[in-house]
Amino acid sequence: MWDYSEKVLEYFRNPRNVGVIEDADGVGEVGSLACGDALTLYIKVDENDRITDAKFQTFGCASAIASSSALTELIIGKTVDEALKVTNRDIADYLGGLPEEKMHCSVLGREALLAAIADYRGERRESIESPLVCECFGVNQEEIERAIRENGLTTREQVTHYTKAGGGCGKCHEKIEEILTRMCVEEERVPRPVRKPLTNLQKIKLVEEVIENQIRPELQKDGGDLELIDVDGNRVLISFRGLCANCPSAGITVKGIQDRLREAVAPELVVEEVPA
Amino acid sequence: MRLVYLDNNATTRVDPEVVEAMAPYFTERYGNPSSMHQSGALAHKGVALAREQVAQFLGAHPDEIIFTSCGTESDNAAIHGVLNAYPDKRHFVTTRVEHPAVLNQIPYLKRKGYRVTELSVDRDGNLDLEELRASLTEDTALVSIMYANNETGVIFPMEEIAQVVKSRGIPLHTDAVQAAGKIPINLGKLPVDLLTFSGHKLHAPKGIGVLYQRRGTRLVPFMVGGHQEKGRRGGTENVPYIVALGKACELAQQHLGSSIRRMAELRDRLQQGILERIPNVIVNGANAPRTPNTLSCCFEYIEGESLLLLLNDLGICASSGSACTSGSLEPSHVLRAMGVPYTAAHGSIRFSLSRYTTEEEVDFVLEHLPGIVERLRAISPFWGREGAAFRRAV
Repeated sequence: MWDYSEKVLEYFRNPRNVGVIEDADGVGEVGSLACGDALTLYIKVDENDRITDAKFQTFGCASAIASSSALTELIIGKTVDEALKVTNRDIADYLGGLPEEKMHCSVLGREALLAAIADYRGERRESIESPLVCECFGVNQEEIERAIRENGLTTREQVTHYTKAGGGCGKCHEKIEEILTRMCVEEERVPRPVRKPLTNLQKIKLVEEVIENQIRPELQKDGGDLELIDVDGNRVLISFRGLCANCPSAGITVKGIQDRLREAVAPELVVEEVPA
Repeated sequence: MRLVYLDNNATTRVDPEVVEAMAPYFTERYGNPSSMHQSGALAHKGVALAREQVAQFLGAHPDEIIFTSCGTESDNAAIHGVLNAYPDKRHFVTTRVEHPAVLNQIPYLKRKGYRVTELSVDRDGNLDLEELRASLTEDTALVSIMYANNETGVIFPMEEIAQVVKSRGIPLHTDAVQAAGKIPINLGKLPVDLLTFSGHKLHAPKGIGVLYQRRGTRLVPFMVGGHQEKGRRGGTENVPYIVALGKACELAQQHLGSSIRRMAELRDRLQQGILERIPNVIVNGANAPRTPNTLSCCFEYIEGESLLLLLNDLGICASSGSACTSGSLEPSHVLRAMGVPYTAAHGSIRFSLSRYTTEEEVDFVLEHLPGIVERLRAISPFWGREGAAFRRAV
């Protein structure tokens, strides 16, 4: 069984905004039956360029359905320009994280959003011009590059988890490696080295840094906050403040924070909430 | 919540009589069968009885039974054992629809320089015996063909396969993990040389398997160690589980006739009920002989994992050949080999029954499945759009 977050299961069981908008201002269709997942996104945009409604139809697994539904909630009320900034990671985070192998479901959402906005603006999507890399799943170079850029991917396996490219016959593995190498050079990014074990001091500093610079600002946006109480071996003890303090979904948030810290610091970290 | 367990091709509930039979071998008769004392003798007796029971079940001689840890070990032992016994022969024949225990040997064997023939199947999952006949050469070391398919239940005509292969004097192995207990097997009449089966598909615990080795079949031991199993498989015997497997075989044999009838009846009820209640369903292997307990079907325009999770919410356990459930991105190799279109293969569900399955459980599934399928189809962008008409046009 996949380790889906409660929120993924909730959005799968009771998806919000399912359906069709007959007089939609923009429609984005991505994926296909043959690929195993497909999403059609409809958006309604008012005269101020604000998305007033969004609906979806999805063929796919639980995380594909949940991601689609999360996407609609994320973009309703945003202007088109704001919506363009919604990344696949935002979709995954909104759901309390997705299993790594299922990240492509969030990318599917991001692609549908771009397609719907392009349709609304009457643009021809540049990606159609982009050369096809993975024939099995019909993934082009542009889509792979975007997933790499927006998610900081460094390995071929990650690219497959995020875009499905390379998950079929394997013929395109070399091409994907080439794209990865080229992008690393262009962005002066070296492929993430195999993680060396951190010293305790390094670990604590890094945990602190991620919480300060990434996690707290996000919580504060929603009127919450958190305090790092202690780091004991691999246990990271935190305490919620503000609106988060008595939030019933604190459990989900803890898991989200844990996922982030594991990703950024060390995969064996365990985040625990302690009373303030 | 009630549990409706229809995933018996994955594993089965251990029969209470089996648990009862094995229990004393943990607490009282815990000796090592090789030991020269009464405790060892009791354990030895338990193993000997189990060997008789298994032999009886297969129509074999007790000395042809080798106990292993699982079906995968038996498959490995058979394939590598024969290939190593005939090092000059460099050709291996199998099918495209084998269990991974056999299928995943292929890349390894190719790297070792073997030529491998993977026989194809048709739309119904049937083999072409002419293709098999044509593939055999002087250089063929071994043919390994499953008895019944784990995903679709399709039974291969083992007697005819054996005739073709044995007329050329080539060793024949069959993985009968999904056949044992579901169709009668009589190795007294069926001339296969090696046969694999596994305890936990047959109401014995996980962690015990059998490799049948016909007298006179050459085999280099796969697990080298002590003198156990006449030197054919080293390692202290897993006495309680061997006893359990013996008992499970005895029970399977006792129940065989009645459970085959019963499971077939209920499976057909399930299949019929699904086809009557739900449009756009394809039954995989419908026109081939199938094990009586297995129903594999594709629900078009929806995806298998979603279906499984909603069934699970109701306590119904089944499995899927969809890509998403496996962690790979491609649907089941079996369905692809049968040419089931990708568009349907992603929506495949397998229900597999056991002798414990009741009519009421089948009806429970029939009551709830249509609603679940409808719910997912209502979300699917392909349903209203192409609809039933699309299917007919194909």
